[in-house]
Amino acid sequence: MSVIESKNLSKNYFSAKSGKFAGIGLRLSGDPKSPSGDLGDGLCFEVDKGEIYGIIGPDGAGKTTLFRILTTLLLPDSGTATVDGFDVVKDFKKIRSRVGYMPGRFSLYQDLTVEENLKVFASIFNTTIEENYHLIKDIYQHIEPFKTRRAGALSGGMKQKLALSCALIHKPSVLFLDEPTTGVDPVSRKEFWEMLKKLKSEGITILVSTPYMDEASLCDRIALIQNGEFLTIDSPQNIVNKFNKILWSVHSNNMSKLLNDLRSHAGVGVCYAFGDTHHITVVDEKLTINTLSDFLQEKDHKDVVISKIEATVEDCFMELAIPKN
Amino acid sequence: MKFFNRWHEKQPEKPIRMRQFIVFTQKEFKHIFRDRWTTLILLVLPILMIILFGFGINTEIKNTKFAVYDPSHDVATQGIVNKLLTSEYFTLSEFVNTPNEIENIFKEKGIGLVVVFSEKFYENLLHTGDAQVQLITDGTDPNTASILTAYASNLIFSYQQDLISAQDIPYQIKPEIKLLYNPTLKGVYSTVPGIIGVILILICAMMTSISIAREKEQGTMEILLVSPMKPIVLILAKVVPFFCISIVNLVTILLLSVFVLEVPIVGSLFLLILVSLLYIFVALSIGLLISSVVDKQMVALLISGMALMLPFVYLSGMMFPIESMPIVLQWISNIIPAKWFIIAMRNIMIKGLGFSSIVKEVAILSFMALFFIMLSLKKFKLRLE
Repeated sequence: MSVIESKNLSKNYFSAKSGKFAGIGLRLSGDPKSPSGDLGDGLCFEVDKGEIYGIIGPDGAGKTTLFRILTTLLLPDSGTATVDGFDVVKDFKKIRSRVGYMPGRFSLYQDLTVEENLKVFASIFNTTIEENYHLIKDIYQHIEPFKTRRAGALSGGMKQKLALSCALIHKPSVLFLDEPTTGVDPVSRKEFWEMLKKLKSEGITILVSTPYMDEASLCDRIALIQNGEFLTIDSPQNIVNKFNKILWSVHSNNMSKLLNDLRSHAGVGVCYAFGDTHHITVVDEKLTINTLSDFLQEKDHKDVVISKIEATVEDCFMELAIPKN
Repeated sequence: MKFFNRWHEKQPEKPIRMRQFIVFTQKEFKHIFRDRWTTLILLVLPILMIILFGFGINTEIKNTKFAVYDPSHDVATQGIVNKLLTSEYFTLSEFVNTPNEIENIFKEKGIGLVVVFSEKFYENLLHTGDAQVQLITDGTDPNTASILTAYASNLIFSYQQDLISAQDIPYQIKPEIKLLYNPTLKGVYSTVPGIIGVILILICAMMTSISIAREKEQGTMEILLVSPMKPIVLILAKVVPFFCISIVNLVTILLLSVFVLEVPIVGSLFLLILVSLLYIFVALSIGLLISSVVDKQMVALLISGMALMLPFVYLSGMMFPIESMPIVLQWISNIIPAKWFIIAMRNIMIKGLGFSSIVKEVAILSFMALFFIMLSLKKFKLRLE
């Protein structure tokens, strides 16, 4: 049985003053059981119990809007969604007492200490720190030495741990984490994801959003989202496997000129910056690494390095997203 | 009642909700006392305000120049002028020869009061027992004007007492008071009730609305909404600390006004506190109403600071008598809670009247409190939009 289900959710944003259409916030629509995962007009959004489900997409894609609809903070314009079997519109109170929600922004009381924050949130959810200490122990241990420090004076990673502790203190059945690792250092991010794995083993369903593609591979399943629409939904491995194009990474001494030169080449499909190299898909099968290298050297590029690479989730996202633009 | 039932879908046990409330109230107190500026505004500002207003608006008037128009030139008029001169309040500037000069000397010579005697003053006093003296003051400064006329009338009255005791004749001198430029001035000016009215609004409405707007601004409201906590618990926990602080302020202000400013509390202390509590209630509910419509602390501050404070200061009768306002502003003043509070407080504190004199004011304030609370509970947003 799926814990979260949504059908045809949509939410449009209008600017209040002019009534002008300001963009689609989110549109999820279509046939749930499309076997091929083919997009067309169809996909549904279902999260299974005990799953870490990632919503991956750039800023402004509609991740927060989706989270707010599912946590009953916003009403969808159309469509339905259920969380733990309860409708997000009709049974919003039941949902509110059984989910944990960690908003994207650090949303705790900065002028209260670590312990006081935890106590306040425990009491809001009709429980006590002692009662559910075992649930948060692994996470809270890290920040317990600082429990008399004010939350505002914590580092980014510690803030996230505290926020997660607060969201977990009432043993939620579903945990909504909206960009929990944004602004957190790499070590803390890694720790954070390890915590999520532990929570998963406790049977908690986790819906997590992130703009970082590298975190996608840590989810059981991911939905790639852009401009309020899902591009694809699958396990990270399947998404990568489905990538059927030839992918090369290219490096030279003049990277900004390189981007333009690659894009001007007829045999190159899409080309985008990826870290310190450019990734390209090859549409002309006759094109070889050597011919491309010669082409670039003619254009005054030096130290040209071209290599064939395996696709990552980010490459899949770029491949799916770019034609849409 | 249907509204309240909405929160009660699945009732948690009472002690749990009580604990929720207590923890949350403690949290509110911590927010207040951990922020130096909030603490300062809440506890020191009222004291500063009452002392500045109390001493700044100086009600003691000494050595005011006055002029006399005296067509009678007899014993009685001379006696009254002497009586005025013996007091420390007045010094004689000049005698006026015609009534037409009166307006000019106001404009040119900085005169505060003109005493106009009727013709054949002493004769009238002896025969008809009814002599007339007119006191003319500058009504553009109504507070000074009313104080001057009150002093002068008292002095004339005491001269009359002297006459009666000396000669045993039932004289009656009737001072007729005329306020130039503001002829309808009424009411006793008293700052203290007005200051209490403004301070309580400042603390209750402004601070409550800012404190709820802060939850929205820092994002904690999102978490509070996605929780089983009932909005009524949240609202009560928000309101209780400001209620307590308002009472502390009320006591401080009353102590200061009695012992430092020497404004006596003539009427019943119990009634005075009752009316104040009712007014605090109104102020808190206004704060809740503001917070239910705004999302930003700055907006809450502007609304409660500008849109609320200004009419409360200027239209409540605290600074300017309502009777001398244009008729439209008089109508508007009716919807300002501070007006009714100030009237009731003056009746109790200054005039020493009983409950029957403030029934109307108490009824209006109760209605306002109920209205604002119902409205703000109804407007409380269960979602983000």
